[in-house]
Amino acid sequence: MSGSCHEPVTTVSALDGQAPAIVRRVALAGNPNVGKTTVFNLLTGLRQKVANYPGVTVERKSGRLVGHEAVEIVDLPGTYSLNPRSIDERVAYDVLVGRMRGEPAPDVVVCVVDATNLERNLYLVTQIMDLGRPVVIALNMMDALAENGLELNVDALAKRLGVPIVPMVARKGQGIDQLKEALLRGVPLPSPERRWTLMPAVASVVETLAQHLGEEAPDVPERQRFFEALSALTSDTLLDEWRLRAPRFYKAVLAARQALEARKVPYRQAEMIGRYAWLSPLVAEVLRKRPDARERTLSDRIDAVLTHRIAGPLIFLGILLLIFQAIFSWAVPFMEAIETAVAWTGEQARVLLPDGFLEDLVVDGAITGVGNVLVFLPQILLLFFFLGLMEDTGYLARTAFIMDRLMRRLGLSGASVLPLLSGYACAVPAIMAARTLDNERDRIITIMVTPLMSCSARLPVYTLFIAAFIPNIPVLGPLNAQGLALLSLYLLGTSMAFVAAWVLKTFVFKGESAYFVMELPPYRAPQLKQIFHRMLERAKAFVTRAGKIIFGLSIVIWFLASFPKATLDPELLAQRQALEAWYLQAQDSLRATGAPAEAFEALEAAYQKQLFPIIDAEAAQQIRQSFIGRLGHTLEPLMRPLGFDWKITAGIISSFPAREVIVGTMAAIYGVAHAGENEIILRDALRADPAFSPLVAVSLMVFYVFALQCMSTLAVARRELDTWKWPAVMWGYMFALAYLFSLLVYQGGRLLGLA
Amino acid sequence: MATLRDLQPGERGRVVGYVTDHLPSRILEMGLLPDTVVELVRLAPLGDPIDLKVRGFHLSIRKHEAELILVERL
Repeated sequence: MSGSCHEPVTTVSALDGQAPAIVRRVALAGNPNVGKTTVFNLLTGLRQKVANYPGVTVERKSGRLVGHEAVEIVDLPGTYSLNPRSIDERVAYDVLVGRMRGEPAPDVVVCVVDATNLERNLYLVTQIMDLGRPVVIALNMMDALAENGLELNVDALAKRLGVPIVPMVARKGQGIDQLKEALLRGVPLPSPERRWTLMPAVASVVETLAQHLGEEAPDVPERQRFFEALSALTSDTLLDEWRLRAPRFYKAVLAARQALEARKVPYRQAEMIGRYAWLSPLVAEVLRKRPDARERTLSDRIDAVLTHRIAGPLIFLGILLLIFQAIFSWAVPFMEAIETAVAWTGEQARVLLPDGFLEDLVVDGAITGVGNVLVFLPQILLLFFFLGLMEDTGYLARTAFIMDRLMRRLGLSGASVLPLLSGYACAVPAIMAARTLDNERDRIITIMVTPLMSCSARLPVYTLFIAAFIPNIPVLGPLNAQGLALLSLYLLGTSMAFVAAWVLKTFVFKGESAYFVMELPPYRAPQLKQIFHRMLERAKAFVTRAGKIIFGLSIVIWFLASFPKATLDPELLAQRQALEAWYLQAQDSLRATGAPAEAFEALEAAYQKQLFPIIDAEAAQQIRQSFIGRLGHTLEPLMRPLGFDWKITAGIISSFPAREVIVGTMAAIYGVAHAGENEIILRDALRADPAFSPLVAVSLMVFYVFALQCMSTLAVARRELDTWKWPAVMWGYMFALAYLFSLLVYQGGRLLGLA
Repeated sequence: MATLRDLQPGERGRVVGYVTDHLPSRILEMGLLPDTVVELVRLAPLGDPIDLKVRGFHLSIRKHEAELILVERL
């Protein structure tokens, strides 16, 4: 039967086999970029559960088969082979062989296969077939096959493979009913004999090893033993697993390796050679190229432009600018709206709750904490929208292709470009974007250096101190001293990110060779529904996981700034009482004379105007006497060499949750909290303080270039790396850099007589 | 003997062997095996990595690895 199909395809090539058992658990396997997620979404109808596999950062996505709640579908990470080198592959392997903790082996494996790329896709299929579990192939992209001028004999392919095949066009929903039907009817086991052949010198060794394994570990299913023995022979990771579980087998494998090496048998290539030697002629037999087929596909022609020597980088730059613009400015109104909504909620809570501890805890602690989490959502959603678009279309792989050489020089890989540059907007989504790196070493390095890119939260800090202490004098053309200062801060952070990456690559991950072997998948139209779904998933993951840490720390910092309660200056108390008394009295007399509403408004305004300085003074006394104020005093000796007095030190401590908080803290300390948006008042207050000088300001800004004053970054790094070790190192090295560079700036400046 | 690195854009070659036994096995799994016909489609804008067409799909590897794969020009 021909597969040139524009109409829905209905072939299910069922084969004779044993009566299948009731299906409870289905695993979805396949190469990356074959539409596996689309098939998963069709099977589960988007009601999915996302969790983590125990001990690793790989997500476990599962759902229930639509209309059949008893059947669980697990979406495995996309892999090219079952020879685990990355964590993703390891997870897929462990689940398929039934070795994942708390996860019995699947009853059926659905292999999603790209019909336009049969040979390489079937490589994984033949590995999965060797596990001796029922396998069904979901042969996706049947429409693209026809567009490429290819004709496929699906029945013949199913017969030759010995596995049922359901042709599909998943993005149009075609074939999904047939796949469901096949799953529910039951999938037969593939026939026990292996259809591909290993080179004889290796095959005999593997047979013997499989026997050893069967004797020592009888719980390994008989049909799986050959594959396990072959895997142990060729993969160090997999061999290691048997060291304790089956020590004799382990030793036998080591001995076998030595013997094969002595005989110069290329046993590590044997599996690939054997499988492809079977697949190549098989595919040639069932796949026919129509005479009118084009030599260059549409995708090839798009690539000629997008990866063109000159146009390619320019287009990439343009796209980057667009993403930048989006995260930098399009997100701002939404972030402001969230901030306004949070402030409004706080005000409502103040009205509802009685004055006192509970009110402060709820408003200044909890509601502010929620705000600190939610405010990141616009940037996260936007970045993941663009990322999803680039991933879905296949462009993301091209950006890595274009940038790899440059990034490799700096110790990173082409795929690090996007996360790093997103770091200019916000490190939180940027670190989440580093998931697209499949090399673990590159991913860790990228995450570790991303927070050095000057994010948008540093901008309020930079602008306040630049405006206050750097003169607005022209330097070079349109560039003035203030602009130059800002540019220098960005360059300082960025160049340090590259230095840090180089240090990590050279000293921490030395010897681990990272190679670059990447598929450039064919361009495809994006599926917006799927992109939106993934955006929401990311946002949810951020709120539920990183959000908890951010929320908790917000409350801690609130507590440290609010307690112990300050004993207010008696004079200040008297002032406030006098003012309140005056206000009440004036109100009464206005009422008595029946004054118009405007008079009341004028009175109210006059009252507020006099009240603000008192409230500000109270707030200043509160923060000076709070734990944070005291900590500032305690730690002042440590920060003195950088030029920071206790006030700046307290500001730095209070801004641990988020850098921009220092602006508010300084305003509170200087008793100008009500100046609010009007930064000029705070600027004047800073300038008037003899503790501040331009040199101190520069030292402070340099401190903020480096110091990791952002618990959200730590929380998200903890989540992405699944350990506190790296986030702790991250905080430590960034603090060390901050201290060192501020010290150099301040002491150097003093030596030059700048203080 | 030529390596994959020596091919010009648009040129095809047939894999005949490897310089070392310790090639990343991912390269082999992607099908760059002896007797396979490979086309070097283009170089990245900065000259590295390279875009190969092998078994009907595009694969990108660095020149550093391409140097390890021996080919016979076609």
